[in-house]
Amino acid sequence: MTDAIPVDPGFTPLVGAWWIVLLWLVLAFAGLALQRHPRLITHLLLPLGALGALGIALTGAAGLFAPAASLVLPIGLPDLPFHLRLDALSAFFLILLGGATFGVTVYAVGYLRHLESGPLALLSLWYHLFLAGMAMVMLADDAYAFMVAWELMALSSYFLVTTDHDRPDIRRAGFLYLLIAHVGAVSLLLCFGVLQGGGLIQAYSFDSIRAAELSPFWSSAAFLLALFGFGAKAGLVPLHVWLPEAHPAAPSPVSALMSGVMLKTAIYGLLRVSFDLIDVQASWWGILVLGLGLITALYGVIFAAVQSDMKRLLAWSSIENIGVILVGVGLTMIFHTDGKDALAALALTATLYHSINHAFFKGLLFIGTGAVLHATGTRLMGELGGVMRFMPWTAWLTLIGALAIAGLPPLNGFVSEWLLLQAFLLSPGLTQPYLNMVIPIAAASIALAAALAAYVMVKFFGVVFLGQPRDPNLKNGHEACWPQRIGMGWLALGCILLGLMPAQVIGWIAPTVQMLIGQTLHNDGGWLLLAPVDANRASYAPLIFFLVVLAVLLLTFMVVRRLYHGRIRRADPWDCGYPEQDARMQDSAEGFGQPIRQIFEAFMRVERETPDPFDRHPRYRGDSRDNIWLLCYAPIARLVAWLSDQGGRLQHGRIQWYLVYSFATLIFLLVFTR
Amino acid sequence: MSAGILMQLGQTLLAILLAPLLLGWTNQCRAWFQGRSAPPLTQPYRMIRKLFHKDAVIAHDATALFRFAPYMFFACMALAAGIVPIIANDLPFSPAADAIALVGVFALARVFLALAAMDIGTSFGTLGARREMLVSFLAEPALLMVFFTTSFIAQSTELPTIVETLAHKQFAIYPSLAFAAVAFWMVSTAENARIPVDNPTTHLELTMIHEAMILEYSARHLALIEWAVALKLFTYSALGIALFVPWGIAPAGDYAALPLAMGALILKMAGGGLTLAFLEAISAKLRLFRVPEYLGTAFLLAVLGMLTHFLLEH
Repeated sequence: MTDAIPVDPGFTPLVGAWWIVLLWLVLAFAGLALQRHPRLITHLLLPLGALGALGIALTGAAGLFAPAASLVLPIGLPDLPFHLRLDALSAFFLILLGGATFGVTVYAVGYLRHLESGPLALLSLWYHLFLAGMAMVMLADDAYAFMVAWELMALSSYFLVTTDHDRPDIRRAGFLYLLIAHVGAVSLLLCFGVLQGGGLIQAYSFDSIRAAELSPFWSSAAFLLALFGFGAKAGLVPLHVWLPEAHPAAPSPVSALMSGVMLKTAIYGLLRVSFDLIDVQASWWGILVLGLGLITALYGVIFAAVQSDMKRLLAWSSIENIGVILVGVGLTMIFHTDGKDALAALALTATLYHSINHAFFKGLLFIGTGAVLHATGTRLMGELGGVMRFMPWTAWLTLIGALAIAGLPPLNGFVSEWLLLQAFLLSPGLTQPYLNMVIPIAAASIALAAALAAYVMVKFFGVVFLGQPRDPNLKNGHEACWPQRIGMGWLALGCILLGLMPAQVIGWIAPTVQMLIGQTLHNDGGWLLLAPVDANRASYAPLIFFLVVLAVLLLTFMVVRRLYHGRIRRADPWDCGYPEQDARMQDSAEGFGQPIRQIFEAFMRVERETPDPFDRHPRYRGDSRDNIWLLCYAPIARLVAWLSDQGGRLQHGRIQWYLVYSFATLIFLLVFTR
Repeated sequence: MSAGILMQLGQTLLAILLAPLLLGWTNQCRAWFQGRSAPPLTQPYRMIRKLFHKDAVIAHDATALFRFAPYMFFACMALAAGIVPIIANDLPFSPAADAIALVGVFALARVFLALAAMDIGTSFGTLGARREMLVSFLAEPALLMVFFTTSFIAQSTELPTIVETLAHKQFAIYPSLAFAAVAFWMVSTAENARIPVDNPTTHLELTMIHEAMILEYSARHLALIEWAVALKLFTYSALGIALFVPWGIAPAGDYAALPLAMGALILKMAGGGLTLAFLEAISAKLRLFRVPEYLGTAFLLAVLGMLTHFLLEH
């Protein structure tokens, strides 16, 4: 009986995932066919796409504990058909993709239903192509398929970013995004070229890349190219400039997917190349990634604190979170090259944990922002305020996301931060003494970034959702509709569950860690207690924590109510003897960011327009710009413009000169080939 | 186990009940140093009682968050008091949260209070919230670094293990702890809204940090906040004692040592309150934008402590 378990070999999780990719492709083009029926697109295609997302998360969950499976598709180049593979790393990222996408797509059903049919069909086309592209990136098992999927993802997201292409600033943002995405893609192409080591075209399959032996020089070169290419996609400083432009430009569900999921494909790629295809070879790789990650995290959070546009603030906060994730990757590399695989497993667990956390809370915050934008028509924090009064659902659900991203217990952001700090605390185990001392200082910077993230989130939530409406028309805003609430609720539930059940989540991350490091994080504490390494060393039990807070809350409430009275009198707020207070006297977004701007002024270029006391229509404008744009990109742009000017001199429209050029070329070639 | 839970509840209740006393003692000492006639030791209790009996006055536009925040603040502080070994070590609740989680609890409480301050939309509320978050984003990493130093010494972030290592194992002199202790003191004054970062007795709205956040609260909500503030001071003091002068805290399951632990606690707390009052009496409040320098110094001291540990003690 033992051998007779009926298993259908035809349907594996990998095949299922591939079917869902096909489903998304079909849905994409079905939208074009159904252009005349916008209701069908929102009420049939998008829900089907959401079900597909759920399905791909399930195939990921099934593939996580199964041995790696591969599949060769009869499409692609003649000698190099598409190879697909579902191993633990792909499976984990498919769960991330599916889990976040489900919530966002359900939300999109409500969000997009007011669109006109033409733009809606196009949006549905690019949206589903984008999903298919991201899933294919995670499934690809040869460099060709990977690059095709990567480009599909980049191009479809470019068209999503430029949905409102009649606005010049959005076209500009889209162009910047496309440019940097392609500079990164070129770097990836070169990386795969280095990796395959000059063999035949078959050598582009990941299997032969894994088997190939590279010299340390070339593997380092490949790693640096991969870091550049994936860094451009992830928003690594100084390649981050497109991110605060492109993410706000896209419709909110797309911003949510780009921040929550697309940035993770870059993390996936970096892990795939540096741990799976070439095993990390030198500890300086880790130090480099750690250093860049730290800079990214601090830079991102400082700029997030001075933003006054909701989506821009969230985009900068994504840069910060990518920085934190990269710090985890760097730490993993350092431990791994030092032979401390148990610690590397801890750091990698923290990294993956933070990746999935970020997908959930950043997705939630972006779609919450979308709901506010939909209801009020603005995402400028200076015009909002008091949104909680007329959108309580959105407000409370967004609050969960904000608390989670601020790294507060018992939600999920805290767990990954806690694990990362624990990994830092174990660094004295390293054999290199100078690293022992440098790494705790890195921990100090991470702690600073985390504390600043709380500042940013108090600003985000407080200025937008609390206080008085800064614009009297805001009171006509309406609450998000049910699909939107369900979408937000799904992501909020994810934040809560990921926070309350870390021991289980770590169990799901374990196969991936096992695959990359060869060892898993040992949880000493059972199902209730999270205790990496040793329960005497560190432990955290969020469920108990949560229940105790809840119990004390209820107890306090009941005691206060029972012993005293519950009388409440409503009155005007304290006006400090100055009765003519209005809503514009609250802190604006700029005002709330002012201390950060003052402390970190060296990092940014601040432009201010302050009215003089006699202005009849006083207007204040404060803008904090990114110095990197001026320091890195403006010179490059000038150089390119200068070069093309020089090149342009060759062209002056006189036929004689063109004949001379051809003649000179001919002579040159004759001499050269002789 | 059940005895342990009883001890846990007992310790937490003790902290909640004794906390206003510490505040009263500090106020009394400060009055002495300033040459004023001192209010009675039980003044904070009387005030809390008075506030509980009053009718709550709430602004017209306040949302549920505003009314919820004081309970949350109080619950977080009670939880923190349960985590820190105050008189007995290794209580059953301690594995649920270590030193890093303790920082998280304080942050949770602070964020709720700051959000509640922004709820009504007065300029003072938002101003207080902004300042509080400014102070905290500088103080929190410094506090974490203090914990890191002690954690490196004890090889653990569990407070009971740290206390046991420092109090009951071999006696050694740790220079790093001196740096950490100074940093901890500086952070505690900032986190508890004491001079030189904030003045708890100020009546001038423009200079307020913590007080500006709770301007709109009255009656039972204010009582809960005041009580929780006292509890926070108490918990921070207990934390300082546990990290830097842990001798006397009863080891796990040793009930005979409890009276001694109680006596030691009262003595140490009295000393701490006296020192706090003395330092407050001889110093002035800093300008707001000098606070980053002050807390930056604390942060640097904590990092220096950590480096000292690696250089000298590793």
